[in-house]
Amino acid sequence: MLHLILKRTALAIPSLIGVVIVTFLLTRALPGDPAAYFAGPAASKEAIEQIRVALGLDQPLIVQFGRYVADLARGDLGNSLSTGLPVATEIRTRLPASAELTILGLLVSILIAVPLGIFAATNPGSILDHTCRILTTAGVSLPVFFTGLILVYFFYYQLGVAPAPLGRLDIFFSPPPRVTGFFLIDSLIARDGEVFLASLKQLILPAATLAIFSLAPIARMTRASMLAVLGSEFVRTARASGLSPGTVIVTYAFRNAMLPVVTTLGMVFSFLLGANVLVEKVFAWPGIGSFAVEALIASDFAPVQGFVLTMAVMYVVLNLLIDILYGLIDPRVRIEA
Amino acid sequence: MTAAAIPNAPPEVPLLDVRDLTVEFSTRRGTVQAVKHVDVTVGKGETVAIVGESGSGKSVTSYAVMRILDRAGHIANGTITFGGVDVGKADERNMRDLRGREISMIFQNPRAALNPIRKVGHQIEDVLRQHAQAGSDDAKTKAIAILEQVRIARPDERYHAFPFELSGGMCQRVVIALALACRPQLLIADEPTTGLDVTTQKTVMDLVVELTRERGMSTILITHDLGLAAAYCDRVVVMEKGRVVETANSHAIFSAPNHPYTRKLVRATPRPGVTLTDLLPEDDAVSRSALRKASAINGAAHQGAGEPPLLVVDNLIKEYPRKDVNGGSFAGLFKRNGAASPDAPPPVFRAVDGISFSVRRGESVGLVGESGCGKSTTSTMVMRLIDKTDGQILFDGEDIGAIPARQFARLPLRKRIQMVFQDPTESLNPRFTAARAIADPILRMGDEKGTKAVRARCEELATQVGLPLDLLDRFPHQLSGGQKARIGIARAIALKPELVILDEPTAALDVSVQAVVLNLLQDLKEQLGMSYLFVSHDLNVVRLLCDRVIVMQAGRIVEEGPTEQVLGAPAAAYTRELLSAIPHPPL
Repeated sequence: MLHLILKRTALAIPSLIGVVIVTFLLTRALPGDPAAYFAGPAASKEAIEQIRVALGLDQPLIVQFGRYVADLARGDLGNSLSTGLPVATEIRTRLPASAELTILGLLVSILIAVPLGIFAATNPGSILDHTCRILTTAGVSLPVFFTGLILVYFFYYQLGVAPAPLGRLDIFFSPPPRVTGFFLIDSLIARDGEVFLASLKQLILPAATLAIFSLAPIARMTRASMLAVLGSEFVRTARASGLSPGTVIVTYAFRNAMLPVVTTLGMVFSFLLGANVLVEKVFAWPGIGSFAVEALIASDFAPVQGFVLTMAVMYVVLNLLIDILYGLIDPRVRIEA
Repeated sequence: MTAAAIPNAPPEVPLLDVRDLTVEFSTRRGTVQAVKHVDVTVGKGETVAIVGESGSGKSVTSYAVMRILDRAGHIANGTITFGGVDVGKADERNMRDLRGREISMIFQNPRAALNPIRKVGHQIEDVLRQHAQAGSDDAKTKAIAILEQVRIARPDERYHAFPFELSGGMCQRVVIALALACRPQLLIADEPTTGLDVTTQKTVMDLVVELTRERGMSTILITHDLGLAAAYCDRVVVMEKGRVVETANSHAIFSAPNHPYTRKLVRATPRPGVTLTDLLPEDDAVSRSALRKASAINGAAHQGAGEPPLLVVDNLIKEYPRKDVNGGSFAGLFKRNGAASPDAPPPVFRAVDGISFSVRRGESVGLVGESGCGKSTTSTMVMRLIDKTDGQILFDGEDIGAIPARQFARLPLRKRIQMVFQDPTESLNPRFTAARAIADPILRMGDEKGTKAVRARCEELATQVGLPLDLLDRFPHQLSGGQKARIGIARAIALKPELVILDEPTAALDVSVQAVVLNLLQDLKEQLGMSYLFVSHDLNVVRLLCDRVIVMQAGRIVEEGPTEQVLGAPAAAYTRELLSAIPHPPL
């Protein structure tokens, strides 16, 4: 098993190198001249040229790349032109906000979708099966910003049960001392129940928005793969051996059905990272999605570069984790390694 | 066949009594009766075979006995009494106690019948614990003991094995261990050896018989193989289209079959001392036999002894890189092409280890051996689908082995060597109609141009292989196994090849269909003067179709010669072993 982990990690290195190269080239290919933007609308040609030299944008690409890699090695992602802050700092403060939201959304979605899928598969044609179908169809067909707005309209505006969709914490609370950057965890560490509840309240609507969006693929995949496994011969053997329905469904069917579900989870997680951008906008969430969009509109390439790089690294790490999880579930994968 | 199990004299109260059983399936086109008014009884300690072809309802009957029918199926009529319990009326909880503890089942395709990601030892423990035969402290010991009883070597090691780490025969032993773990009274074996090699079949069947007899168990053997049924069972129940047509003592079934269907089945079973035409139903056989005689003279003319052989294989070798034997260390990742240490096993595995043989024009040569002996690798190389490692493949004097497999598909030579594949369903594109499937090679390399000409050729071929023309526009799923086999054959002969490689072409077919297809192949060979390279593990089929036989073991040829000689008076010990493993029905 250790061997598998080491090997997969080693295989992740080339992808990371590729990511560094691609992010660099991609941001250079963006339309818009950062020097012109930085100089301001009233700047003269000479001023723009001066700034170009100051930013090193007049150098050949290869030199710029060398400098970029050297900076990266020191953990320096450059400075945001619009805020003036180092991109690394921005990402460090904003990433936990996005991560907390995405992970909670995914968790909620898994907790609902997987049991729903299993139940739908074990009782095909039942009311819950149809409910599952309607829910999943609705989930994929509604865009996240729309679901988000609807939720805000009902739960905040109409019913008044949810707090105002304005960031991670009500303005009357101060954030807990930073340990992980996740407000839920940090407030627990600080033993501050009020802050915990307050940040949870803020999280519920955006997390629900993401959960509704990701429910569909997970529930459908669970249902489909459970149906396939339930029809397989080893499940018939298990039934013929008189094993209880619980053992048959959980130990025999579900563990096997999990393999495609785990793969789907990886994809769903990456969809969610994308969907985040819109959700963060709707809920004024100080995450890296909204940060990246603002930077992109401003042709501020350092934050965009930093964002794409962070996302790509997260994606590579996520895939690594899924591969390892796969190996834990399926002994055949371990052997192939 | 102990005294307790004398046929014709079942004990007063049978262990299992199935009366007037009807099983229905609800489908989109309404209700289908898969089993109609079936009566079967099994006495204590008795071994009963249920024999029938696909669709006869033999498996459904057994599923009904265990009440593990699909959701769509239900028992519509009749009673099933097992040891005094009315199975039809028992509640699900009682049935669960019955399954595995009193009645258990072993299945076809043992590897698929085991949970692929659970250790086999744990799977046995699951059954033991479910039926309170073991607690958490002694479950492991008991599981290992059961593995030992089914003759698995090093059981404490194998306890931790996953199904994919075991051979097919070994997996079937584990399935048997699962079934016998709780010492049930009745064992239902559903095609337990289909897909296994003939020698493995013998060891598995012998094991089942020994274990069940030792425990005084009753057995139901469900099989399509009349020979197997008669060799291992006391009584044989023959089913056709959901009905029982005959129940007889296994001695009587071969010597004096009563029902016409049983007679047809007995005739169609390949066995020593018969010819191809003997397999066909009586009236059909007479006309066919006369025809064959007339064309035999033609056939003999084709087999020119003086001519140079059509195919010469000389010292052919195929090596595969061995999978990392020492588990693959992390360092191994970086020195993939590094030199192997001297004490390591050879870095390659020789699937085919220097074999030489030839095939004359108009001759059929059988290539036999157990799975893993290299027969399929050999045929695939001759077919030029994979490249050889070393040696020569001379086809009509030309070294086709030197042409890379990738290029071969584009050469006109491709037309001259064609293949009929093992699984008639899997080898057809499910989105192609029969006509389109047959037309495929014609469109690629045929002389016929234009839709009409191609269609005409397809119809001609369909007529040649006996496929009704109105079936040409159907898709594979709308056709029967035999019809799909005919399409596969029509496709193979579409380009008038000189050599056709037949890779177990009848292994997936029912015996009566097999009989027809084998006769068709023989007729086509005589009409078209083709040569066959017939790859099979079924010696009885090879005996019927082939002029010469090559027996392979572990990549080498162990014996070669005329069919009568090799199968009649085998010289090699391995050939004798193969022959003796074929079930011999009591005659």
